[in-house]
Amino acid sequence: MRNQAWKKHNIDIRPGTVIQGKWHKNSYLIKKKLGQGAIGTVYLCETNGKQAALKISEQGTSMTVEVNVLKALKKVQGNRLGPYLLDVDDWQITKHRKYSFYVMEYLQGESLPSFIKKNGMEWIGVFILQLLEDLENLHQSGWVFGDLKLDNLLVVASPPSVRWVDVGGTTQMGRAIKEYTEFYDRGYWGIGSRRAEPSYDLFALVMVLLEVFYPDRFSKSPNPEQTLFKKINGVKALRPYNSSLKKAILGKYQSSREMKRDITQILSSRQKRRRPKRDKNQVNILPFLIELGGILLLALSYYFSSLLF
Amino acid sequence: MKKGTLKQILLVTDGCSNKGEDPVATAALAHQQGIAVNVIGILDDDQTEDPEGLQEVEDVALSGGGVSQIVYQESLAQTVQMVTKQAMTQTLQGFVNNELKQILGPKQTLEDLDPEKRGEVMEVVEDMGETCDLEVLVLVDTSASMYDKIETVKEALIDLSLSLNARIGRNRFSIFSFPGRRKDVELVFDWSPRLDEISSVFPKLTSGGITPTGPAIREAMYQFGKKGLLRSLRDEKSGMEEA
Ligand SMILES: Nc1ncnc2c1ncn2[C@@H]1O[C@H](COP(=O)(O)OP(=O)(O)OP(=O)(O)O)[C@@H](O)[C@H]1O
Ligand SMILES: [Mg+2]
Repeated sequence: MRNQAWKKHNIDIRPGTVIQGKWHKNSYLIKKKLGQGAIGTVYLCETNGKQAALKISEQGTSMTVEVNVLKALKKVQGNRLGPYLLDVDDWQITKHRKYSFYVMEYLQGESLPSFIKKNGMEWIGVFILQLLEDLENLHQSGWVFGDLKLDNLLVVASPPSVRWVDVGGTTQMGRAIKEYTEFYDRGYWGIGSRRAEPSYDLFALVMVLLEVFYPDRFSKSPNPEQTLFKKINGVKALRPYNSSLKKAILGKYQSSREMKRDITQILSSRQKRRRPKRDKNQVNILPFLIELGGILLLALSYYFSSLLF
Repeated sequence: MKKGTLKQILLVTDGCSNKGEDPVATAALAHQQGIAVNVIGILDDDQTEDPEGLQEVEDVALSGGGVSQIVYQESLAQTVQMVTKQAMTQTLQGFVNNELKQILGPKQTLEDLDPEKRGEVMEVVEDMGETCDLEVLVLVDTSASMYDKIETVKEALIDLSLSLNARIGRNRFSIFSFPGRRKDVELVFDWSPRLDEISSVFPKLTSGGITPTGPAIREAMYQFGKKGLLRSLRDEKSGMEEA
């Protein structure tokens, strides 16, 4: 919706073009276009034999704001939150024409829905926990993601994990959300403010899950709360998490940790409930381990491996 | 840097002016008095993206030191808040650029700084945008052609107040419609920190095709002036009023 509303700043750079920064003098060989949004265009590029993503735009101000966020995230979290920032510079084409660009880690991945379609619904629980884990880290360092949406998430391989691109909406806690998309915005749905607080992201997280199953999205009605609940109820794969997702919609969670606790509990109680049915007569511990090899183990291994970073 | 108050006129229209002074000139005058003029042009659903009649939209905002955007109704809410925020940033950046020129020489602007310094300056601009006080006078075109758009305009304005009230700084809004019944503009909603009670207050739309945009902007300027013209004149260049 926003892209349609805003003046498009098309920057078309031919593959093979070499961009050299005005200030730091690094060179980047443009390979291909990765995507385009409201603010800029993102290219795959090569520098010193390595691949990277380069975002370029005429809107120097918006770029600077994004770079500031990436710098702040770099300080608090290493490279888990958002792409790692590599360089910031200007491309002076002629005396009077200049673009701003920044170079970041290239995240090679696929969209969440396509990954889930290929690899199965059990990944939903894994990704929910993973996103909650990342959000918790982010929130603890004083930031709120803001523009959390399907478009801004990529699943990278080995091990499969969700990464965020586009930190354009990332806002300091307690301030007004910088950038949002209506479908994901609790203010649009009349269910809360646009102040940056953990519950803002948790609402958007539920909408991410809903968009996986309603790719055409859906629109507001006179009773938004009811609409959203109905949509949640309508997805079989989300049924186990229903109660928690609804709490998040209503802003009942003060932190990601609270929601993570509920989701973890749901996942482990599902394991327990299933187990007696199948291994009624077995005292063997092996089936239990195999069972654990399922969702819970996946989920927990993500949880623990993320602690290592 | 002192905390201050930003002033904006937000003009919402679907056509061209056809009565009274040239709105482009009046907007320039407003700008000189430290008031930014933003313009939103609403398209009919069957209109193409670049109708000639709406060229004025861009011209008025340009001379008014504000931001303009032409949109279809469905994107109105999202656009109104973005235009308002962009204009705030633009004004604050202009203010910062003036300071930079005084410190670093006439040719220096934010864009000429190296990326690191630019980042630091933008952080200051962002802080100011978050904490400054803001006054928005909304001027809504209520000529006959707006008939099927007023409901969307109301919603967009309520949404605007939701966005701005998430900021740390304070806000005040007022709404005027034009043309008024007897005058060029008519008060719809007096200065208030919130816009959520406006649902019932829009007057009946005037019939006929009179759109006195120029006089409306002049009247809006005067409304701002009523509350402290002297102060804003004293500080006209920066667009900031000292708190
Ligand atoms: N680091 C990256 N690695 C791989 N692909 C990326 C990377 N950054 C961005 N992209 C791709 O480019 C697209 C556009 O980037 P981005 O969302 O940052 O642009 P934008 O102008 O801010 O768009 P938006 O309208 O979403 O705000 C993304 O959707 C993604 O597909
Ligand atoms: Mg963006």
